[in-house]
Amino acid sequence: MAAGNRPVSPHIQIYRFMWTMALSISHRITGVFLTLGAIFLVYWLVSVASGPAAHATAQALVASLPGRLLLFAWTLAFFYHFFNGIRHLFWDAGMGLELGAARLSGYLAVVAALVATGVTWVAAFGITGGAA
Amino acid sequence: MSLRTPLKQAKGLGSAKDGVHHWLIQRLTALALIPLTIWFLVSLIGLVGADYHAIQQWLSMPLVTVLMVLFLSVLFYHSELGVQVVIEDYVPAKGARLAALILSRFIHIFLAVSGIIAVLSVAFGA
Repeated sequence: MAAGNRPVSPHIQIYRFMWTMALSISHRITGVFLTLGAIFLVYWLVSVASGPAAHATAQALVASLPGRLLLFAWTLAFFYHFFNGIRHLFWDAGMGLELGAARLSGYLAVVAALVATGVTWVAAFGITGGAA
Repeated sequence: MSLRTPLKQAKGLGSAKDGVHHWLIQRLTALALIPLTIWFLVSLIGLVGADYHAIQQWLSMPLVTVLMVLFLSVLFYHSELGVQVVIEDYVPAKGARLAALILSRFIHIFLAVSGIIAVLSVAFGA
């Protein structure tokens, strides 16, 4: 058979939608999105190293509405990737692989991410009442 | 006596030629990031509202400098491994895939070094 004409595995449209699928692809999406957050972290650190003027520019970005929205999205993405990552580590240890357990831990990861994001932002805002 | 199974001896390190190295390091960096990210996040919450001088002072504390350098190293290592797999899975053309993999590695190393040098230059008061 020609190299370009081999049978491929079924495309994803063929499968019935399951929440565990959405959670699985979300792990990758949040991972890539968090890499963008890491780029911003490096920019922020370089601004601190570059002096007060550069740092003020970075702080203004953080305090702007798009900056705040991005930070919130990064917080949520981080906690989802964090809890779902722990779920993956348990799977790697051979635990929680049964369908029911995998479904339950998926829900738990989502709920934990939402709660942790809420707690983080309440804590951050509680300190200064929202001033950057 | 070898601890390797006969199958492993017959088949070597597989098509990627590095055995389970990628898989293992991805998990090890994930494990290390659990305490490092939580430490970083708690620190950031503590820094809300801090002025330039306070952030400088915070980064200059020896333990913070060490943890930040470790955090950045492990974070970008973990990110590189993850992005590598995403590229391998979603970029089918061999040339474009190789280019994307090389570019991703260069960018990750550039970012990690930039972040670490920034932290060190603040810590050493440059």
